[in-house]
Amino acid sequence: MAEDKLKQEELLNVSYEPAARDWAEPSVTFRKGTYCYGAPLKHQKYLGLPNQREWQPTDPDWKLPENWKEIILEGMETLLKRHRSFRLYLDICVRCGACADKCHYFIGSGDPRNMPVLRAELLRSVYRRYFTTAGRVFGRLAGARDLTEEVLKEWFYYFFQCSECRRCSVYCPYGIDTAEITMMARELLNLVGINIQWVVEPASNCFRTGNHLGIPPHAMKETLQFAVDELKDITGLTVDLPINKKGAEILFVAPSADFFASPHWFTLLGYLALFHEIGLDYTWSTYASEGGNFGLFHSTELAKRLNAKIYAEAKRLGVKWVLGGECGHMWRVLHQYMDTLNGPADFLEEPVSPITGTRFENARSTRMVHIAEFTADLIKHGALKLDPSRNDKVRITYHDSCNPARAMGLFEEPRFILRNVANHVYEMPENTIREKTFCCGSGAGLGADENLEMRLRGGYPRANAVRHVHERHGVNMVACMCAIDKASLTPLLEYWVPGVEVGGVHEFVGNALVMTGESRTTNLRGEPL
Amino acid sequence: MTYALLSVLLLAAVGWAGGVVGNTSLLFAVIIPYAALAVFVLGFLFRAIGWSASPVPFCIPTTCGQQQSLPWIRQDRLGSPTSTPWVIGRMALEVLLFRSLWGNERVEIKGAGKLIFSPKRYLWLGGLLFHWSLAVILFRHLRFFTEPVLPGIAALQGLDGFFEIGVPVTYVSDVFILAAVTYLFARRALSPQMRVISLPADYFALFLIAAVLLSGVLMRHFFKTDVERVKEMAMGLVSFCPVVSAHPGAFFSIHLFLVSILVAYFPFSKLMHAAGVFLSPTRNLRNDSRMRRHVNPWDYPVKVHTYEEYEDEFREAMIEAGIPVEKK
Ligand code: HEM
Ligand code: SF4
Ligand code: SF4
Repeated sequence: MAEDKLKQEELLNVSYEPAARDWAEPSVTFRKGTYCYGAPLKHQKYLGLPNQREWQPTDPDWKLPENWKEIILEGMETLLKRHRSFRLYLDICVRCGACADKCHYFIGSGDPRNMPVLRAELLRSVYRRYFTTAGRVFGRLAGARDLTEEVLKEWFYYFFQCSECRRCSVYCPYGIDTAEITMMARELLNLVGINIQWVVEPASNCFRTGNHLGIPPHAMKETLQFAVDELKDITGLTVDLPINKKGAEILFVAPSADFFASPHWFTLLGYLALFHEIGLDYTWSTYASEGGNFGLFHSTELAKRLNAKIYAEAKRLGVKWVLGGECGHMWRVLHQYMDTLNGPADFLEEPVSPITGTRFENARSTRMVHIAEFTADLIKHGALKLDPSRNDKVRITYHDSCNPARAMGLFEEPRFILRNVANHVYEMPENTIREKTFCCGSGAGLGADENLEMRLRGGYPRANAVRHVHERHGVNMVACMCAIDKASLTPLLEYWVPGVEVGGVHEFVGNALVMTGESRTTNLRGEPL
Repeated sequence: MTYALLSVLLLAAVGWAGGVVGNTSLLFAVIIPYAALAVFVLGFLFRAIGWSASPVPFCIPTTCGQQQSLPWIRQDRLGSPTSTPWVIGRMALEVLLFRSLWGNERVEIKGAGKLIFSPKRYLWLGGLLFHWSLAVILFRHLRFFTEPVLPGIAALQGLDGFFEIGVPVTYVSDVFILAAVTYLFARRALSPQMRVISLPADYFALFLIAAVLLSGVLMRHFFKTDVERVKEMAMGLVSFCPVVSAHPGAFFSIHLFLVSILVAYFPFSKLMHAAGVFLSPTRNLRNDSRMRRHVNPWDYPVKVHTYEEYEDEFREAMIEAGIPVEKK
């Protein structure tokens, strides 16, 4: 990575004094490190997206369809009819500025268009021009702008500098959610074939192979088998590996990064150890081998197309209910969208823990339970034998991922688990956790390597809070429950707070779990206990 | 900002002219107020119904507290409500106390990469003073429009004029609202960030409200206005038999005209946040999307990649790897 070329002092020299220039004048320069590459043709084709062509944001000619303006405006009209949130949030913002400095990209870049209110205004101005009388008559004076190619480029740049984290929405007196506006803007951009590689490629892979990484079934089995072997080396126990097993009680769906990426891998070992120890009757699926959903960062339609697999597979395998692994935006979809998109799941049963008998009332319709809920319940009922001292090497802080925090409210479950599996757990400052948590800087498809500068800037508020507990409490481990976090916090912290590593909550569960008949000398990372 | 100021001054001038130039009473004291009211009511309903009629396809509350999950984990019922009464509670705190705004804080990177958080509650205070004073003032105005005067009003008026400064008594709400509007304007005009995000319409709304307030205060305290006549006119308006006669004073004429403009402008401007706040899906929905199915009225079938298609592509490899398949 080109990190060392980016000087910390330069990144930190942020000016919040906006240039006197009027924001209404569209202006965008695609500076290296601050934008993502365009979607490759192959994947546009596979998903059957509009206006297929090879395209890069830096191309002078974006090869838009001739009637692109009509397409966008018609699309806007459709979205206005479909989403109250869209119309309402375009209409009622009073520009009080409360959201302005809540966005990690604004804090890290000082670019005024990264204030949520201005980000939304980029689109709102076009809405005014074509959909309101005042805008049509008074134009500029009413805050209206013509839709031009420059405006479209600006949309691309700034709506792919929003990680749909919803932090701004917490502070807005009306709950205006700029993530919602960003989702609409991306829907519009898609209509004329503008989206990024890091969204479209994983989505297309997922459509074909069942997971973002494009792992075919046999390779997935191989890698899971590899994990089983590794777990044997660590614990001396051979755990079961049920794959596509019909009639299992539970279908388990995790983000696919857990099978391949690091440090996700140790979380995978944690799941395997846990399920073995409690004797869970479950199965993995190769077809629904992805809980994450990059379709969400593209369009509701694509989100639905990808999400459909989970219920379809649950039905085919005849399971009773579905358990979901550690992932952030995955849980945005599962908690707030899945039942609506692809439900009702009336072929499943209301989830009950086979170990403790607890009924997961809160998932009685969707019938999908978060693994933190599941494990917290196990621990509460004393169903696990835990030795927290096995995690004494690490001093942990917990990072709330945006989506489980602000689109679900999952705060206590992971904290309860961590307190029970580790002895040294510290909280970051209050204004950076729970519903006020800061994004890792790489959500909503922005985790691309080429976008590194923006990621380091946007991730700075989070890194800074980690540094605070690193200095004060000697924290050397950030625990989180999100595949994107695990992938992106690692380089982020390496850059800003060297000496702090990243791990999943179930990695620490796996470490602390005393398994029947085990003999362990190392933790799941192979480090001596 | 200049345009906004000029247009408000122009409007005030028109209102003044309406008061001094003869034979315009009918227009200014009857037709314009009625027209403005009609525009307000129709416009308000049009916008509010437009919003409420548009679908909310997904259950998307912004959760600001612990969800309801396991029985022993304490749910934050306000931040993450799962029942309607608590949603109402959450909304009530938003609408009456601006709860979200209370949490406002400034965040910035300062020298040596320190991230500084500082509570920033002036906006909350200014906003609250402004809106509550406005509510009190509106309520006080009812004394002109009701006969006999509604019960609570005299009491409120007494409370509002509690300090008994000056003759006639200075109302606390008047002082607060003038201070608050001045503050709201100052932060908009002075802070560089606020200046970039502000549109002419933002200044216009503030100037127009300030002009209404000033004309009101001036006519109460400095320029004699015939209150009897005002009451007579107001009662005439509400009883739909308007009294056409000479205006009770130039400042009254300005005041009435500007209010008419404000009221007519309301439905087509950001001032509609007053209605919109109640409809905001991130605040007014229950966080129960896994408990109760939320239905999307415009849902449509999409192209999916079925298991059969998937197995067709990978069958051989699956069989070889010992993964169960449907078709051998
Ligand atoms: C249910 C009723 C209402 C609620 C909950 C509400 C809430 C708010 C909030 C939270 C703000 C942002 C903070 C601030 O700038 O003060 C605001 C701004 C504003 N409100 Fe209201 N409001 C309501 C009704 C009204 C009405 C009836 C008017 C005027 C006729 C009004 C005029 C304004 C104006 C002009 C601003 C912008 C202030 C600025 O320019 O900074 N509001 N409102
Ligand atoms: S906090 Fe809400 S109302 Fe205020 S500027 Fe931001 S989006 Fe607009
Ligand atoms: S959703 Fe997050 S990234 Fe997007 S504008 Fe709001 S705070 Fe910024």
